[in-house]
Amino acid sequence: MSVLAQAARVLAVGWVLQLKILAVSAFDGILNIVYPLFFATCALLMFRQNGDPQALVYAGLGAAVMGTWSAMATSASGALQGQRWQGTLELLVTAPTPVALAVLPITAALATVALYSLVATLIWGRVLFGIEVAIVSPVAFGVALLVTLVSLATFGFLLSVTVVRYRTGWALGNLLEYPGWLLCGFLVPLDLFPEWVRWIARALPPTWGMDAIRAAAAGRDPWFDTAVCAGLGIGYAVVGALLSERLIDSARRHATLALT
Amino acid sequence: MSILEAHDLRRTFTTTTGVLRRNRKEVEAVRGVSFAIEPGELFGLLGPNGAGKTTTIKMLITLLLPTSGSATILGLDVVRDAREVRRQIGYVFGGDRGLYERLSALDNLRYFAELYAVPARDQRARIGELLELVGLTGREKERVEGFSRGMRQRLHIARGLLHDPALLFLDEPSIGIDPVGARELRQTIAGLRDQGKTILLTTHYMFEADELCDRIAVIRKGEIVAHGTPAQLKAQVTAGSVIEVETFGGVGESDARGRVAVVGALPGVRSVAVDDDGAVGETLVVQVEPGADVTAAVLGALRGIRVGRVVTREPTLEDAYVQLVSS
Repeated sequence: MSVLAQAARVLAVGWVLQLKILAVSAFDGILNIVYPLFFATCALLMFRQNGDPQALVYAGLGAAVMGTWSAMATSASGALQGQRWQGTLELLVTAPTPVALAVLPITAALATVALYSLVATLIWGRVLFGIEVAIVSPVAFGVALLVTLVSLATFGFLLSVTVVRYRTGWALGNLLEYPGWLLCGFLVPLDLFPEWVRWIARALPPTWGMDAIRAAAAGRDPWFDTAVCAGLGIGYAVVGALLSERLIDSARRHATLALT
Repeated sequence: MSILEAHDLRRTFTTTTGVLRRNRKEVEAVRGVSFAIEPGELFGLLGPNGAGKTTTIKMLITLLLPTSGSATILGLDVVRDAREVRRQIGYVFGGDRGLYERLSALDNLRYFAELYAVPARDQRARIGELLELVGLTGREKERVEGFSRGMRQRLHIARGLLHDPALLFLDEPSIGIDPVGARELRQTIAGLRDQGKTILLTTHYMFEADELCDRIAVIRKGEIVAHGTPAQLKAQVTAGSVIEVETFGGVGESDARGRVAVVGALPGVRSVAVDDDGAVGETLVVQVEPGADVTAAVLGALRGIRVGRVVTREPTLEDAYVQLVSS
């Protein structure tokens, strides 16, 4: 079997099994169902006070992607910390497969859960708040959604790789959750922020993904934003893959793979 | 050629204490360990908690970089050729951790089979063989979270053998397992040895090492203090005897008057240890020089403490171990 085919098998089997792990946990399951809906409801209740249907549509789309950010930023780093707790992180490192191929399926499984969160929030907004998101370019909308999710997965992958090296790295994911909601322009337009904040926002794939999703829904051209989102996603994946081996060596030097 | 050669392996950890004033402290966990393992050999690494067994193993399996020294497995350097080394070794550690609890045993094995590049066409047969070997056939579709510790440990061994490694590391595999589970585990390990598998085993249990190992190295405070066959280690203390004195309070944690030290300083006494088995009393285990009769002196040193049974017997491998790690 070629190296590429072998890598594809590792990714595919890893993705299926990691998804299985997420699916069979009642606690994670309820959390994944309730959490995005709870925050989306809070956001939509606030925007409803405005009385502007367009603002509600803006928030409806933003709230849908907001859950995906939470699922990736927080959960991806937490998932790797979980591997450390259950003693499987050391086993992933002692396997001959590059550690990046073992970590990527974990974030890919979380991205799949994030896709659920996105669809559920859109339905929730429609059923409970009567938000009808008119999608003018459904194909472009679908592509923008998928690219945003994949780039979020690679961003989560980069965060996860740092957790392999730093025992407290998982806290970074938690730290990023709420600022990310603002920085990626899910609920508030980036134009309201100072220029230096906007530079940070531009380095995050979901900022471009969110713009692409809104553009596709409104019938504007989404392809530039989609391409930048994809480019950033690939960039994060490459940096994560390159960093992973260096960070593993550093973890071996500093003895941080185990809990103690 | 030896399967494993370790030369003067050393590992230092840096720890920090304090919040505002951070104090750095260096701890030398392994201090120049050297040994070799021959093909087909079951080699035991014995030592008390904190002696450096797991640190040594973690350097050999590429989880830790040595501070200095070198080690090769099948001629591959554990630092330079880490990925190649990982293809040649299997690693199994003791305890509850190291498995995906929410997955079935079969899914756990499938996942690690992928990570160890076991060809897809061979996976089903290989997993079936290993489940048979560790006695988990018929239980493979159950989630691991419902497994007993003994079953988990056997699943660990199956996982470690998936890619048919040239060298298997078993790091305290029987820790925390009930006697029946531990016996089954020893049978599994003995079966692997009989198949010609090369194994490095660490364990606290001397009878386990005596029963299983071809050669043993005793490690204490990061250094190998003795090595040889179980018979050779026993021979180090067989020219002498052991006195066991059952006591009821006064020599265990409550040894305020330093009785153990007094016994240890008696002429003719090689070493002394307290075996606190958690029952009412403790047992004082005194290693005695050949020809010396110290029973009266020992009982004299224990005057004022209620003493039960006093037994004189031949030394065992455990006595050899206790003497080596407590001297």
